[in-house]
Amino acid sequence: MNFTKVPGRNRGKVLIYALSTCGWCKKTKQFLKDNGIEYSYVDVDLLQGDERDKIVKEVERWNPSLSFPTIVINDSLCVVGFDERKLRETLKI
Amino acid sequence: MIEISDGEVEKLYNKLKKEAEDAGYFLNSDTEFTKGLVKSLLINEKRYGYWACPCRLASGVKEKDLDIICPCDYRDADLNEYGACYCALYVSEDVANGKKQVTSIPERRRANPLERQNNFPMSNLKYPVWRCRVCGYLCARDQPPMVCPICKAKQERFERMI
Repeated sequence: MNFTKVPGRNRGKVLIYALSTCGWCKKTKQFLKDNGIEYSYVDVDLLQGDERDKIVKEVERWNPSLSFPTIVINDSLCVVGFDERKLRETLKI
Repeated sequence: MIEISDGEVEKLYNKLKKEAEDAGYFLNSDTEFTKGLVKSLLINEKRYGYWACPCRLASGVKEKDLDIICPCDYRDADLNEYGACYCALYVSEDVANGKKQVTSIPERRRANPLERQNNFPMSNLKYPVWRCRVCGYLCARDQPPMVCPICKAKQERFERMI
């Protein structure tokens, strides 16, 4: 699996599709970490070849504009960009 | 892992800040955040050979990524509409002075793809007119300048307008 898990309180399955160089992606990861929420992330820019194509398709399914961060919660809800209010609401922070 | 020293970041940060301010642009005053993005530009320079936008997925093929080389083709439109570029490396004066907050903004790139202009109206002007796709600077001469005097975008970012 390509995802790196960051431990914390479980508020459901939280996946962050990120770029290693992106400021908003860093803010999103830091926000969840600071609030002690468990999440997994993948830095898509660091992937190559088939692995990258597969993850890119996954992101596009949720967010056709293929922008980052794309946060998918419980395989059912997608938050695009660092939207603190929406994250607080959805993850009950 | 690509290593970038603090000295390299500092040097580029100071250069970009000066160039921005000389031309009426502003870097984000959250220096920690901004220096993080400057470091990312240096990482992308080593990875791809050009300053691919740190907040977008670059293809690694320069021709395909021309519109997202920093400063990107979308910066000025985003500054006008949201007070910040997509990464929030560049911000409006109000944001730089703390009068307005920035947040993550929508991606303009796919919603409104900017076509490169290939057909220009016939004219009897003595020189063709070139337009910088980043800042809109116009000049009439045989070839576009090597570097845009306003926004420092390179020659390849110009399109022929007339």
